Amino acid sequence: MQAQSEPLNAAGLRRDGLIERLSLFGLASPAMLLILVILVVPVGWLFYVSFMGADGSFSLENYERMIDRKSYRRIFGTTFQVSFLTTGLCIMIGYPLAYFMSQLPDRLANIALITVLLPFWTSLLVRTYAWLVLLQKQGLVNNWAISLGLWEEPIKMVHNMTGTLIGMVHIMLPFLILPVYGSMRAINRDLMKAASNLGAHPRRAFWDVFFPLTMPGLSAGALMVFILCLGFFVTPAVLGGGKVIMVSMKIVSNIELFVNWGAASALGVVLLVMTMIILWIASRFLKLENIAGGGH
Amino acid sequence: MKRTATLTVMATLLASTAMAEGEVTVASWGGSYQDAQSKALFEPAAENTGIAVKQETYGGMSDVRLQVSTGQVTLDIVASGSGSAARAGAEGLLEPLDYDVIDVSDFYPTLKSTYCVGGDVFSTVYAWNTDTYGEDGPQSWADFWDVEKFPGSRAYRGSVAGALEPALMADGVPPEDVYEVLSSEEGIERALDKIRELRPNIDVFWSSGAQHAQLMKDGEVDMTTGWNGRFDNAAKDGAKVTYSYNQALLDYDCFAIPKGAPNKDTAMAFLAEISKAEYQDDLPKYITYGPTNKAAYDTGVITAEVAATLPSSPENAALQLPISLEWYAEWETVAAEMYQEMLTE
Repeated sequence: MQAQSEPLNAAGLRRDGLIERLSLFGLASPAMLLILVILVVPVGWLFYVSFMGADGSFSLENYERMIDRKSYRRIFGTTFQVSFLTTGLCIMIGYPLAYFMSQLPDRLANIALITVLLPFWTSLLVRTYAWLVLLQKQGLVNNWAISLGLWEEPIKMVHNMTGTLIGMVHIMLPFLILPVYGSMRAINRDLMKAASNLGAHPRRAFWDVFFPLTMPGLSAGALMVFILCLGFFVTPAVLGGGKVIMVSMKIVSNIELFVNWGAASALGVVLLVMTMIILWIASRFLKLENIAGGGH
Repeated sequence: MKRTATLTVMATLLASTAMAEGEVTVASWGGSYQDAQSKALFEPAAENTGIAVKQETYGGMSDVRLQVSTGQVTLDIVASGSGSAARAGAEGLLEPLDYDVIDVSDFYPTLKSTYCVGGDVFSTVYAWNTDTYGEDGPQSWADFWDVEKFPGSRAYRGSVAGALEPALMADGVPPEDVYEVLSSEEGIERALDKIRELRPNIDVFWSSGAQHAQLMKDGEVDMTTGWNGRFDNAAKDGAKVTYSYNQALLDYDCFAIPKGAPNKDTAMAFLAEISKAEYQDDLPKYITYGPTNKAAYDTGVITAEVAATLPSSPENAALQLPISLEWYAEWETVAAEMYQEMLTE
């Protein structure tokens, strides 16, 4: 009996399954249409324009220029260097800070969270110029340090890579702290107690139990910081003193310099492709679905 | 905005009562520069002609390029640097100007082109901190390069415009030969090598006039290149800064009409009006940029004292190297890429 009714039932299930999939697809279609209109079409247009030469016909000149001129390679190098360093510094500062916050009682943790978020809500431009005022030769930091006798001559902390990194780490820190803090708060504290109960040294309990559980938040935060850094414009332009040139700045100067949009679009395309390659490599080591905060 | 609105209403009322009809939209760069243009040129000219003027700010010729290429031209007149106007004209983005309508008989002949009529004259100068060097600072580009005679940090332009000529003069090229030497990749490389030589002493490569004024005001650098009017404004605000016209680069800003401007004929008439000496002679009251119309020196409005401070006064102009628009039209893109290469090394 059972053996005979199963195929009949299975056919019905298959049909139901198909209907369900179709209706789910139907429900998802507005979102897919939206993505098509606001993402796929513009990116496709960017690709198309990047193959347009100065005279408007199909040409590889925008890409050839990037190979011929060494400055483009160096600008991409700087962009990735700045992004890697900013991400690294954000992890080194942000992770212990998030850990500290996660150990605070709720009330204090909320206050700490607000202090992390407060600069997040202040204009990026204002914060960037504030660093200029603080760090320049006659700035507050140098003046105080010299009057306190910490150092004799003003130290160059801005108009260079140092200033750029200070500004960018400050701006990017909340993007790292928030997901890391979230994943730390979600960890059951009994796990750490269980680990020490089983004889683990606190250091071992941290590295073997606590740290792996924060990896989703950490990788999400770090990738977000890294990708946002790749497109930075204002902070390196103001704090880099014209010596830290990133891709976004070159895109702007190419729009001014060349007679067509293609020269700038090609830079955008190369940056996009390189970012996707990095995401693909990262996805082999990290669980990327956690970036959207899913999984919990 | 408010001022624009009142001005439009006022001018429209005037227009309906008596004089010429029409309106124009003028775009410039805002800030103290556009304020000066507005007070000296746009507002009085609107009043006298009855042409209603709507003022906007814009981002330069890339905006014009976008408007022309999409066929949505809203601007009738744009203020521009002479070099970018020359390139935009060559690209076909601008209407040729009708010099039968615009009277340029008293203009300095180099301060107008097919597509752009000069509005004011400015200089790219070297400026120095008077606390560091006193009033007798560097007197030539060779001095600007001389870090033994004038020790201290420098700022220099972060893009190629006006950046190669000083380097060649510092390298001993006489001003009159500068553009000839620059008309080859080797010549450009020679200028770049000279900048490489100074680079250890260049703390900042600046990207805007506001920036180089601020650098001097804050004492961040001891010496910089830049636009003379900005340093005068900074000095008025208490900055310890002065500059010299010797070997400076004489350049001008101009007005152009985008191709397909909605009120092309009115715009031409308006340009004719603001190019007259009676308006240009008011400009130095608001910013230390000189008139492009020589007759503006003869109206008695510009005192001898003020004239002596302007880039375009005969004595000052004689000290300077006029920018060559032909060179920029031909070489700027190549030179800009090479300059970027030097910057990223």
